[in-house]
Amino acid sequence: MNQLYDNQRAMRNMRKAALQRGLIAILDVGTSKVACLVLRFDGPDRFRAEDGVGSLAGQAQYRVIGASTTRSRGVRFGDIDAMQETERAIRTVVQSAQKMAGERVDHVIACLSGARPRSYGLAGDIMLDGDVVTDQDIGRVLAACDVPDLGEGREALHAHPINFSLDQRSGLTDPRGHSGNKMSADLHMLTVEKSALQNLVHCIRRCDLELAGIASSAYVAGISSLIEDEQKLGAACIDMGGGTTGVSIFLKNHMIYADSVRMGGDLITHDISKCLGVPEATAERIKTFYGGVVATSLDDREVIEIGGNSGDWHHDRRSVTRAELIGIMRPRVEEILEEVKDSLDAAGFDSLHNPAIVLTGGGRQIPGLDELATRILGTQVRLGGPMRVSGLPQAATGPAFAAAVGLTMFAAHPQDEWWDFEVPDTIYPARSLRRAVKWFKDNW
Amino acid sequence: MRSMSSRGNQHRRDPAPSRWSYRYERWMLTPAYRRLFRVGPPVVLAACAVAFVALDEGRRTYVTDHVNEWVDAFQHRPEFMVAELTVEGASDRLATEIVAALPIEFPISSFDMDLPAMRTTVEQIAGVEKAILRVTSAGALEVDVTPRVPVAIWRLDDGLRMIDGEGNFVASVQARSERPELPLIAGDGAKEAINEAMALFAAAAPIKDKVRGLVRMGERRWDVVLDGDQRIMLPERNAVTALERVIVMAQTQDLLRRDVQVVDMRNDDRPTLKLGITGTEEMRRLNAALSGAGK
Repeated sequence: MNQLYDNQRAMRNMRKAALQRGLIAILDVGTSKVACLVLRFDGPDRFRAEDGVGSLAGQAQYRVIGASTTRSRGVRFGDIDAMQETERAIRTVVQSAQKMAGERVDHVIACLSGARPRSYGLAGDIMLDGDVVTDQDIGRVLAACDVPDLGEGREALHAHPINFSLDQRSGLTDPRGHSGNKMSADLHMLTVEKSALQNLVHCIRRCDLELAGIASSAYVAGISSLIEDEQKLGAACIDMGGGTTGVSIFLKNHMIYADSVRMGGDLITHDISKCLGVPEATAERIKTFYGGVVATSLDDREVIEIGGNSGDWHHDRRSVTRAELIGIMRPRVEEILEEVKDSLDAAGFDSLHNPAIVLTGGGRQIPGLDELATRILGTQVRLGGPMRVSGLPQAATGPAFAAAVGLTMFAAHPQDEWWDFEVPDTIYPARSLRRAVKWFKDNW
Repeated sequence: MRSMSSRGNQHRRDPAPSRWSYRYERWMLTPAYRRLFRVGPPVVLAACAVAFVALDEGRRTYVTDHVNEWVDAFQHRPEFMVAELTVEGASDRLATEIVAALPIEFPISSFDMDLPAMRTTVEQIAGVEKAILRVTSAGALEVDVTPRVPVAIWRLDDGLRMIDGEGNFVASVQARSERPELPLIAGDGAKEAINEAMALFAAAAPIKDKVRGLVRMGERRWDVVLDGDQRIMLPERNAVTALERVIVMAQTQDLLRRDVQVVDMRNDDRPTLKLGITGTEEMRRLNAALSGAGK
């Protein structure tokens, strides 16, 4: 646990260094595409209001100066499958984003969509030494959380303190300075498979980039797609990606649950490809142009040329009606949504009062999805997309870039995590000097 | 998305940059190297060109010769040539002196003339108070002179000189009669006290016909020398007031028409008179008569 702590702290320092330089790249390694955005941090004073962009909810202190996307290679279900291929895809995307920015970037913040995330809710309590809660006390109460056995080869990716309570009072977001006797904390910890994480880190290192942070894509998609009220009052964000579908639940501005369903848009393409007997690329094209999940009578009459260049005239002149296509896609979409529903149920999403559900990610562009999702998941389904950030090219503003845009916000304003607080004296030997000073103070 | 005809594109080149081209690109995007490549080659080229010329004696002289030639050709264009010298605001004698002091061979390029130095030369001439030198568009060097105005003649052992109001020499004169309108001063240190002398001459206007000149005595005070060997010895301070007293005495009591050789005003309290021989005898006679009558 200590080593993780160090890793995360090192990444935080790297992020700080990158912000000082003013340049940071964010890298979304997904199953269907790899996206890279280069951010320039100018500081609020250099931002020009006459550009016609408002303060954008406090996110406007950076601009996107380079953006690039490429087809992802060697990634399956959000995990890196072929390291070399993925490394090449990262190189391609980083190089063209750098070219667009005209600057060399050294620091990168990445996100991880697969790696079988698992959520834990932890709680811990301590008796306070003094009257007033200090940073040290927060560190101590977080350290006092009883961490369950994470399992072999798993590592914590996020550990957000969600709630602090002091004596009888609960729901404190920042207890520092409060007085009380007993403090307890609730912590949400997200663990992922260590090997998947290490693969990604290795790929990034191979591209001569320094990792300045890593986040779960379900989390960052939630940050960018849920509006403030939704994050506060409770909402689920469903990021329908190519290989995985990320699920994250937000409450009181904190993520309280995240999961990843190992099904996504690629599976739908695969189904189409199989059923129609066409290459995946053709299937993808048919899906994006004609796909849907709710069939109407008009769809029976809309005939889609499948095409092909096998040389067999009959084979190459096949066609399919749109209703048939919907018939192929719908069961799979339903299956994905059922899985999402299971995941949400497991998290106890029903117990929230009137929660919102936001669909985002590339998969949410399927026409009629909101209707289907409403039927399966419950009411209040909204089709969401990432919020706008200044300088982002039009091509990168779609819902498929929810995680990438969320990462820019994560880069600019990361939420406090466990490792951002002071390390308590008891577990960190380097603080022994402070203990000695304290001992002198107490005894002399 | 891949295009629909996948068969023809199976041997498509990998779009990913190779590891080394990626590194090269990043290297070229590094700000320091970008600056180096933008600034470096031009600087090196320029340095090489300079070194190519400067390191060889023949090329160096070739370049300097040519440059000098161009400079000469430019400077000796007719627009810049000066053909004559005109002196304005000076008497003929002074003008001759100024022309003699400026050793210029016309025609000359205006680039070759050192006007400040020439101005210093002209201003060192005794009769010139201020000079303005300019090259006119007509190609003439114009010397605009403000001559010194003599206010007095100073008699020295070796002759007569005219001096201006600040005590500077203007010119020498052969005889007093050349400038009879100028008052005469003499004595060591007369030049330094020229202001006071001029004030005294102004005060002496009522007896102007009698005044022959002022003599500086001991470099501290003035004597007014009148005709008939009469002399008024003025004090160091308030000389003008003392002179005015004498003039008043002369006007009311006819002092200067009597046989008085010296009116000594050096003592503030009373004027002291030195009488001539006739005056002295008359005085003694009167004194004796008065004392005899008293007996």
